[in-house]
Amino acid sequence: MNSLVLRTAARFLLPLLLVFSVVLLLQGHNEPGGGFVGGLVSASAFTLYAVAFGRDAALRAVGINLQVLAGLGVTIAILSGVPALVLSEPFLTGHWATVPIPGIGDVKIGTPLLFDIGVYCTVWGVALIMVLNLAEE
Amino acid sequence: MLSLRRADPGMGYHAARGGSLVPMLLVLLATLFVTALAAPAVVRFARPAAAPILAIVPALATFWLISVAPGVLRGEPIGLVRSWVSGLEIEFALHLDGLALLFALLICGIGTLIVLYAGAYLGTHPQFGRFMAALLGFMASMLGLVLADDAIALFIFWELTSITSYLLIGFDHERADARKAALQALLVTGLGGLALLAGLLLLADAAGTLRLSDMAAARPDLPLDPRAAAIVLLILAGAFTKSAMAPFHFWLPGAMEAPAPVSAYLHSSTMVKAGVYLVARLDPALCDIASWSRLLVAFGAATALIGAFTASRQRYFKRLLAYSTVSSLGIMVLLVGLGAPQAAAVYILAHALFKGALFMIAGVAEKRTGRKDVEALGDLRRAMPWTAAIAPAAALSMAGVPLFLGFAGKELLLKAALSAGWAAPFVVPCVFAAGASGVLVALLVAWRPFHAAPEAGALPVAAREGTPLLLAGPLLLAGLGMLAGLFPFLGARAITDAAALAIAGPRGTGLVRIDVPALAAPGAALALSLASLVAGVLLYRARARWRAIAALGGVIDAASPQRGYTAALDGILRAARFQTRLLQNGRLRIYLFVCLLSTIGLVLLAAARTGTLPGVPADDVAISAPDLVFLIIAAVAAIVATRLRGRLSTIAMLGGVGFAVAMLFLTFGAPDVAMTQFAVETLTVIIFVLIFHHLPRFAVFSGPWVRLRDGLLASAFGVLMGGLVLLVRRDAVFPPISDAFAARAAPEAHGRNVVNVILVDFRALDTLGEILVLAISGIGVYTLLRLFIRKEREA
Repeated sequence: MNSLVLRTAARFLLPLLLVFSVVLLLQGHNEPGGGFVGGLVSASAFTLYAVAFGRDAALRAVGINLQVLAGLGVTIAILSGVPALVLSEPFLTGHWATVPIPGIGDVKIGTPLLFDIGVYCTVWGVALIMVLNLAEE
Repeated sequence: MLSLRRADPGMGYHAARGGSLVPMLLVLLATLFVTALAAPAVVRFARPAAAPILAIVPALATFWLISVAPGVLRGEPIGLVRSWVSGLEIEFALHLDGLALLFALLICGIGTLIVLYAGAYLGTHPQFGRFMAALLGFMASMLGLVLADDAIALFIFWELTSITSYLLIGFDHERADARKAALQALLVTGLGGLALLAGLLLLADAAGTLRLSDMAAARPDLPLDPRAAAIVLLILAGAFTKSAMAPFHFWLPGAMEAPAPVSAYLHSSTMVKAGVYLVARLDPALCDIASWSRLLVAFGAATALIGAFTASRQRYFKRLLAYSTVSSLGIMVLLVGLGAPQAAAVYILAHALFKGALFMIAGVAEKRTGRKDVEALGDLRRAMPWTAAIAPAAALSMAGVPLFLGFAGKELLLKAALSAGWAAPFVVPCVFAAGASGVLVALLVAWRPFHAAPEAGALPVAAREGTPLLLAGPLLLAGLGMLAGLFPFLGARAITDAAALAIAGPRGTGLVRIDVPALAAPGAALALSLASLVAGVLLYRARARWRAIAALGGVIDAASPQRGYTAALDGILRAARFQTRLLQNGRLRIYLFVCLLSTIGLVLLAAARTGTLPGVPADDVAISAPDLVFLIIAAVAAIVATRLRGRLSTIAMLGGVGFAVAMLFLTFGAPDVAMTQFAVETLTVIIFVLIFHHLPRFAVFSGPWVRLRDGLLASAFGVLMGGLVLLVRRDAVFPPISDAFAARAAPEAHGRNVVNVILVDFRALDTLGEILVLAISGIGVYTLLRLFIRKEREA
């Protein structure tokens, strides 16, 4: 769509929406959000970009093959269950570590977060596969 | 005569269970699987040397097995138990006893040679990495199969060998014949595998244990169990399909579409022996059931005869060897059924050595001459002196000539057949025919092309000698077959004895060792053995006439199971097409109609049977004012959507329904769900906009009566779902789990957002399944759209 307003808006909205999606992903464990909705938001961001600049530009902006992205998501989610297996616990049992990050304080990082990142990538990739392939002229 | 000491199953085993420092069996298996995964990378980065590098792993495995062999042969099996599915009492158990050792040595030892051979045979193939991955994956699965001491683990490895062999048979996947043969092997062995699973589970249930090594002693009264017949039939269905017993033998010759290394490895020395291994492994537990031994004897002897007859009619290298393998597999099963474990063990070892060698020789001859027909070749000894020298060494063992291991196998086999009691009149002729046919095949494969004169008028053949790596495998295997025959005390005897003890199981105490010198004592068995040798040579000399006579046996082909397989496959496809046209006719509203109607029907049926009816809980039916507003918006939007005549406005209305429902989620305190709903609705509208101008004209397909019917159905479904929710609230049988989730989220899962904690922690496995489905549907959408676009462009 050749609209200056849309293009300008899309250019600014893409990073904003992406940051928002990451915030949703990271805060998901305690506040509303999570990997699923985060992935949807980030897919929406690139969809908006595709509407403004076309499908190929959006694909370039993603920077990674969408099928690879979706597969990567599933792989990350599966890998997040492996530490439990190594410790002879049921697959996907959560493990947490407190990491002090300067300026923020102690941050709890755990395998469920890794799992959620996997969900994020899968949803992001699959939603874009569907949207961008449908958008092909 | 000397009575063998029986292995005490408890000894050593428990020591290993208690505190073995390194679980070597597990390391062995894991290393092989990892090597399989790493094979493509190794091939990519070290192409010329890839096969020798990869061969190091099975070679080390072989050396490790040899190093622990003395202990195992003394009757101290190595075991390992790990908790696996604790809720179902399933443990992952491995067990290395004499029988497993024999097979493991064959798998790793011949596997090493095959990897080297494959490097020389296929090393320049662009897909060689994929090939090695499948080959090593098969090796690992097969090793797991013979080491497994748990019925479930055994089944999983069993299926893994089916899958990896599918990949190997269909390696040349651009050829339709290869694909068809691979699918046939997969379907036949796969269906057998399902029967096996049912049989193993029944057996485990009857015996009260999943541990294979405990099954023999678990239920002395197993024959009286009402499930005994079903157990025997189901397990034999699995074993017989895998080991190509008649009437399932037809897939094995087809599987010769595979490259020669695969035929040499899977279809002679290892995979097809999995069924033999299984009957040998379970024989101690099942031999008291009368039908077990009788079926083994009947099918084994029949297969030996059918394989022998069919082999004698062939003239192509691989077909000759394939049908003679069918015949040999029949003999192995027969020997287990006859209760002749020593004969079975010696025969298995001898057959693996000579048949592996001959398959590799056949591969070399085919590759270096470009001919598959043995009769089209002759005098190859001039062009291929080494191959011509090695081939007879393996063939002599196959023919059962004295001083070779094959002779010992044949001798024991004939002795067992002669003392088969009631079955002897049936078994001895079958065994004799198999022996004569084996001699014929050995001559045709190893003598005819190399040492006999070419047929008059045969086209000249350009032949080149095989490379050293191509010949190393056959040389070593044929040499071992000769050495083991000449010097039985050099270890082969110890291994086959230990395997025989394991096959005999608790009966082993009474097992009498039969001494088999390289040159046998005179007797009926020796006479028969030599007679079959002579018969084979006579058949070879008169083979032209024999083929003419045997061609009359072509009537068997008309009723062959191959035809049954084809007919069954066609029938299934026809049924599938019929029901697809009926149910999947491409009209979305028919799908919805069927789904909704059957759901309503089933729920009403259940309600009528239990006497429960949806009702309103007395305590809370309050609806707040905002809720009511959103409900009304959703309802109005839904009704308007059905009345509109424009696509955009309809989509907008449906979006309105979605947003109103999302607002309801918000007012009920579920911001996560609401947010997701908003995002989904937005994306849906965007997708509609994107494909807007691809869509056909907006049309109304249904008349007023159909619309009325659909409207009624939709309303009924809505009422039903609402009623069900209310019913669940009224008659809650269990306390809701949500309270427990809410209470545990923060302390146990370090999260305050209960919905997210459930998704990524408490119910993470469900989520994993969902994203897998999502990824798969993504691939599906991608493929459909790509295909669609390509077709459109081509049109």
